[in-house]
Order: sequence, then C-alpha cells, then structure tokens
Amino acid sequence: MRLSRWLLIGLALAAAALAGIAFGTLRLSPPDVWHAALGQGDPMHVTIVRSLRLPRVLLAALVGAGLGAAGAALQGATRNALAEPYLLGVSGGAAVGAVLAVALHAPPALIPLAGFAGALAAVALTLLVARAGGGHGDARTVLMAGVVVGSFANAAIMVALSNADPSVVRGALWWMMGSVADASWPQVRVLSLFVAVGIAILIALARAIDVLALGEDTAAGLGVDVARVSLGVYVAGALLAAGTVAAAGLVGFVGLLVPHLVRLAGARTHRGLIAGAAIVGATLVVLADVIARVALPPSELPLGAVTALVGVPFFLARLRRLA
Amino acid sequence: MIAFRDVAVRYPRREVLALDGVSLEATRGRITAVVGPNGSGKSTLVRALVGRVPLARGGIAVDGADAGAGSRRELATRVAVVTQREESPFPIGVHDYVALGRHPHLGVWRAPSAVDRAAVARAIAVTEIEALTDRPVTELSGGEWQRVRLARAVAQGGDALVLDEPTTFLDVGHEMAVFELLSRLAREGQAVLLVSHQLNLVARFADHLVLLHRGTVAAHGSPAEVMLGPVLERVYDWPLVVTRDPAVGAPSLVPLRSRSRG
Repeated sequence: MRLSRWLLIGLALAAAALAGIAFGTLRLSPPDVWHAALGQGDPMHVTIVRSLRLPRVLLAALVGAGLGAAGAALQGATRNALAEPYLLGVSGGAAVGAVLAVALHAPPALIPLAGFAGALAAVALTLLVARAGGGHGDARTVLMAGVVVGSFANAAIMVALSNADPSVVRGALWWMMGSVADASWPQVRVLSLFVAVGIAILIALARAIDVLALGEDTAAGLGVDVARVSLGVYVAGALLAAGTVAAAGLVGFVGLLVPHLVRLAGARTHRGLIAGAAIVGATLVVLADVIARVALPPSELPLGAVTALVGVPFFLARLRRLA
Repeated sequence: MIAFRDVAVRYPRREVLALDGVSLEATRGRITAVVGPNGSGKSTLVRALVGRVPLARGGIAVDGADAGAGSRRELATRVAVVTQREESPFPIGVHDYVALGRHPHLGVWRAPSAVDRAAVARAIAVTEIEALTDRPVTELSGGEWQRVRLARAVAQGGDALVLDEPTTFLDVGHEMAVFELLSRLAREGQAVLLVSHQLNLVARFADHLVLLHRGTVAAHGSPAEVMLGPVLERVYDWPLVVTRDPAVGAPSLVPLRSRSRG
C-alpha cells in the first residue's frame, strides 16, 4: 500500500476519534475537546471527555482493530474471503457463556467473563473437532468444524432461552447485540493488552500467511510448517475475537468487511493487510459507535446492528466490483 | 539428490496403500519423470516429499539426509515444488507472487536482499513472463498461471525442482516451452523430478522414466525401456500401440478406439 494511503487511513482514524469524543448528548467543539483532554476548562467537560468518551472511543477502536486484524489473518490462512473472526465458534460460544451467566443470575460484571470463557471453549472445541476429523491442517476441516460448533451453540441458546424468563432473554440479547456504552479505563487496559499481543503474533506470522494463502501443499513446499502457522493464526485470532467479545459483545461484519476494504486500497501482502485492517477496523467501529449514539437520541442503537448496517452497502459495492 | 527408498503411504481410513514400496532417484543434471494412470500414487509421492502425508514405511533422502528430519524451511531452500493444484483466492500481483518463492530464504523480519531480487528477476526472465508481472494472479489464464507458478519455483533457487503436472492447461507451444526450459535447467545441473501425463513428450525429454501402477513401480529405466506396448496396455487398461515418433524417433504411444478392444 502506498504511503499516501497509509496517511489517509491514519487521518481517517484520527478524525473518527475526534468525532467520537465530540459527539453525544452534549456536543463539544474541537477546542473544547482539546482543553478537556488536557484537564482544563469546564470541569463537566473534563469529566465527560476523560472518564466517559475517551475510554469509550479507545475501547471501540481496540475492538475494531482486533476484529479487523483477526479477520485479515483468518481469511488468508483459510484461503476463504468469507472467513471472519467469529467463525471458529467464537460468537456462538460467547453467546452460550453470556446466556448461561444471565440465566444463572450472575452479577452483570461476570457476563463478559462468561462470554470470554464460552468463546475460548468453543474455539478449543472447534480445533479438537477438526483434529478428530483428521484434516492434517486442512483449513476446510477447521471451517466446517467451526460451523458445526456454532450451530450447536445456537441450538443450545435457543433451548436455554425458550423456557427462560423474559428479562433473561432481554439481558442476553442486549449483550449479544454489542455495545461500548459502558466502557471503562480498566476495560481499555485489559483489551489493549489482548489486541497488542494478538496483532503482534499475526504480524510476525504475516509472511507465512502470504504463503499459506496459496494452499497447504504449496506452503509446505515453501518450507512453511502448515500446522503450526495455522494454529498460531487460529489461537491469536480467537484471543482477539474473544477479548473483543468480552469487552463489547458481538460486533458483526467488521472482521469480514474490513480486510476487503484494505485489499481494495492496495494492500498486497498480509503484513500491510493486517496492519491496515487494524487501523480501518478501528475507524469503522469508532464511527459506528458515533452513529449508534446520535442516530435516535436519547436511546442508543446496538453497535453490532450499526456496523452491519454500515457494512452492507460497502460489501454490496465490493460484490458489484467482483461481478 | 532426491532418493525415495521403499516408500509406503496410507491415507487415513483407507485399506489400500497409496504407495507401496516405491523406490526411485532423481539425480542432478537429469529429468526424471514419474508417469502412470490416475490414482497410481504420483501426486502422493510429491505430497510425501513435502511432508504433507506421513510415511508408513521407508524414507525420503535429499543429498543423503532424511528429508523429514531437518527443518522444512531448510529443505525448501534446496528443493522447489510446484504442486498439482493451487489457487490464489486473493489478487496478489504476479511479481509479488514469484517473490514468494524466496520465502524459505527470508526470516520473519529480514527484507529481501539483492540476491533475492536477482533470483526473482532471473526466474521471470527464464520463464518469459515479463509481460505479466503487473497483473493480479487472479486474472491470469490457466496457461499463464502455470508459467507463473513455474517462475516461483525457479525463484526458489534450489538444486532440485519437483513438478506435478506442470503443463496442464498449456497449449502445444507453451507446453514445449516448459519442457525445453526444464531440459535447460537439468543441463545446468538441476535435478528435475517431473510428474506428468504427457507420455509422448516425457519420452522425448526425460532421461529416466518411472511407471507407477497402483502405488508400486511397474517399470523403470530409459524411455525406450519403459514405453513398451504390453506394459503400458496393462497399466493403463486400454488398447494401444507404441510406435516411433516420425520426427525424432522417440517411442510414441497411440491409444486405439475402444471397439478394437478384444
């Protein structure tokens, strides 16, 4: 990708972040934002910016960066342009964990943890099922195992919710729709660790993913340890997806769409693609969160619904290009 | 250079061995061709070499050292493989694609050196794909794609080239160009191991032929020793005659119409 394109997507992220801090129930001007961020001016502005909007924007950016990077790496490693971070059973597993937590009347603070645990358990199950299928690292086996585990999780959720109290259904559904409204600095700190480690692993594997994208046999002929690199991508991708799910629930379409946008922008190798997808993913989720806040005041739209609504036209345009 | 010794391979949940005691050698300066009907184990041989199927028995050695023992990356700096099937789902450019042949020579972070760039440029030149370098690989014709894949293997820069059906989808001219190129690489000292269905071309270009049948070696030797009517008729289960190629005198197979059978 050319330098000018990198500058452009960097500027877009900065602009989105500024909008994310400025817009909301109380609209701030850019100078207000600047002063408040430095702790000067109206104390209420300082509180709004520092304790509410800044962590919210950062959390949204981290969620988008993690999903974008994970999607780019998974699409390459599985040679599937429709692959996305939730596909290894992450979304289904997270939902099962969250529904269980809500149904067992766990305190709200435990719901993200339950979602995280469910997501990781589902990924582990997916990889075990794929291994039992005996695909020798064949990506198709892993994708199919992910579909099977995801379907099983959905069935489990439906069974659990069919007899549940309406308040349980509502609580679980709301969490599944995704939101960064309750963002806090501790959440930002934890997720930034996940995202930094996950993206670092994926960038280190990027060259091997370039080769893996040509097929397992060809990659083996080029000296790539197919099983090890695939597992590295799956584990890093699952950590990123599960971390973002714990922080913000399910935010659909970002991991699927963003890598396509970055490829359109000219990313040729996975190192540029993963880094670019992190930046563009962050921008997209921050913008989607702004829309979620301001579209229907005073209520907020679910973040996952907005990313999908924003993403669909982009994806249709991409399909037209392919056709 | 590459030696298969009594190699046996069994795919999971299969009764029959895909390869059962195959021994063959591909030496430097020669084209060694593996021929045989569909399902005779030709591609399994290539997959066993790159470690994609476990050996049930026997061993594969590269320059005397066990191919499975050392690192895959190190092996890939010496042996380049063009597999039978390969699809790039993403629109990577031809030049970048050929440069992936240098992957085993690069570390995680090291940028491609002058040596790497020179190897890529030479590979593009000898395979005559200069006109394609700016195109995305997803927009190539079947024949162009085969030549680009060959260029990637040449860029890999080892002493041995292993190719599984490299002339599928190629027209006569491009097919001949590939065989001439392989012949030239062999003369320059490379070990070329070629899996092919093109018996008549292989009979003209290969120095050594190995005929596989149901996972075992049915015949091996020079083209004249292997291309015998009764042997080929039994292995391919089809009536045929072997004549002399009128132009160059190499053995040439002519399959007959089925009604003349029996």
